[in-house]
Amino acid sequence: MPPAIQTRGLRKVYPAPPQRGRGRPNPHLTPPDASRATLVPAGAREITALDGLDLEVAPGEFFGLLGPNGAGKTTTIGVLTTRVRPTAGSAAVAGIDVRANPVGVKQRIGVVPQRPNPDRQLTAIQNLLFHAAYFGIPRSASLPRAEALLQQLELGDRAESKVDQLSGGQQQRLMIARALIHEPEILFLDEPTVGLDPQARLELWDILRSLQGQGRTIVMTTHYMEEADRLCSRLAIIDHGRLLALDSPAGLRARAPGGTLVEVTLDGEAAPLLPRLQTIPALSRITAKGVELSAYAQRAGEAIAEVIRAAEQAGRLPLDIRLTPPSLETLFVSLTGRKLD
Amino acid sequence: MSPSPWTVFGALVRRDLHVVSRELPFFLLRTTLQPIMFTIVFGFLLPKMGFVQRGYTGALLPGILGVSLAFASVQAVALPMVADFGWTKEIEDRLLAPVPIWVIAIEKVLSGTAQGMIAALFVLPVARLIMGPIEALTASHLGLIVGMTFLGAFAFSAFGMLLGTAIKGEQIGLMFGLIVAPMIFFGCAYYPWRALAATPVIQILVLVNPLVYVSEGMRGVLTPALPHMPVGVVAGALVVISAVFLFLGLRTFDKRAVS
Repeated sequence: MPPAIQTRGLRKVYPAPPQRGRGRPNPHLTPPDASRATLVPAGAREITALDGLDLEVAPGEFFGLLGPNGAGKTTTIGVLTTRVRPTAGSAAVAGIDVRANPVGVKQRIGVVPQRPNPDRQLTAIQNLLFHAAYFGIPRSASLPRAEALLQQLELGDRAESKVDQLSGGQQQRLMIARALIHEPEILFLDEPTVGLDPQARLELWDILRSLQGQGRTIVMTTHYMEEADRLCSRLAIIDHGRLLALDSPAGLRARAPGGTLVEVTLDGEAAPLLPRLQTIPALSRITAKGVELSAYAQRAGEAIAEVIRAAEQAGRLPLDIRLTPPSLETLFVSLTGRKLD
Repeated sequence: MSPSPWTVFGALVRRDLHVVSRELPFFLLRTTLQPIMFTIVFGFLLPKMGFVQRGYTGALLPGILGVSLAFASVQAVALPMVADFGWTKEIEDRLLAPVPIWVIAIEKVLSGTAQGMIAALFVLPVARLIMGPIEALTASHLGLIVGMTFLGAFAFSAFGMLLGTAIKGEQIGLMFGLIVAPMIFFGCAYYPWRALAATPVIQILVLVNPLVYVSEGMRGVLTPALPHMPVGVVAGALVVISAVFLFLGLRTFDKRAVS
């Protein structure tokens, strides 16, 4: 059985200026460097959304793509769902090349978009029935399936409702039903819980778990650490279109840098504290950026006392102190140098 | 196993039929009100006042039909395209259908063609009622009438595909002001092309306007006794125009659908 997903050296460079409204959240800007200066007119700025991404997802996995806004998550999903043309590299879904045979790929996937995009001219159940028809499924087969899906997603009493009468969470569940109506092998979800209230988010988690239980491959993007940790069997941390780490959530947590992340906001420049703090063996990787100071410590209590003492000596006052125990979050910060949200 | 493109195409058509049939009264109101008002003023009031000659209605009626079907066809495709790609993203569920992208675009163009023809079919009896009897009007070439209406509607539907996918949402008002309005006024809808011989420069310039061929084509099939461009020339021009707009429209559609 071929891998559910396989990408090799996947690259996507958007020409400048970017097209608007494609749901591509701020991929980072690459200024023209020396090697490209001959190709790119002066002042033009390309956007490198994917920069040599290698991924492999086995059938039946619940795979998470974790990264901050603009990391390349949505572009990755876009390539795998045939909606974004890769600039270089290859991508295959269920063993089918996305460029050579996009129709074959579309036949095997279901997609839940970042923002619900139901057909607003239709009722909830018509959305499902017409979508099934686009996959060549006759009404006799799609009607019982649609009714069962609406029941399963707790939309049973909203079947005949116009889409605009559904709440945000209900629309998101309708998108999941739509993605499942043609029984795809692989389900893609792009930030499926953004904009949902906590209750709806937990319900969605249950639905996703049961879908994986049925043997489906699920690929989900998220920038919620907890969501990735709870749901995914494996996680890829990506940033700037590159793969930074790939492992199970537990495996990634084990790789998190030792100790608790201690962050302190001071009432003035943090740099004067550095000389003293660097002599303290309990602290590692100390950085000062403006009024922000951060360091990793095995024993957070002891570290805080040292930081406060150093601050007093330097004539600074700590305004705020935050502690983050070793987690995906601290791993992420140590890998990317920035926070998820 | 993928369904055949025809099966998917059929499903897309059923979806549009379902949606359009519910929206039809609003659609007709939106697209035909302007030509009908024009008919009232120029086909009824002005002749009654004696400002225009008696025979004018014979030249006006086919032109009014041309405007109706062109305007309706452009709108039927351009407006949903602008909205779908601009903000609602509703078309994405169809872009996920297991068919090549162009199948979806062609279906939209054909659906727009049908809507344009419906608009013309609606305006014809209304305009005829308002204007009163028109001597030269004949329905004896029904096949030709249907064929010409189809060609005109298809050309403008393909034009709508190009406009709707090449133009940004916030420029839609500009598009109707700068492109569609001049097209209607210089489209030989309200006067026959041959009469423009009075101003030879304008007579040549308007030949770039696709609406000229629709108006003249409608004259050729509805009032063949009155002056008009040869039907064969008009049909040939509309086929070429359709091919160009369709080619460009499919390209811009593809660019919007796959980035």
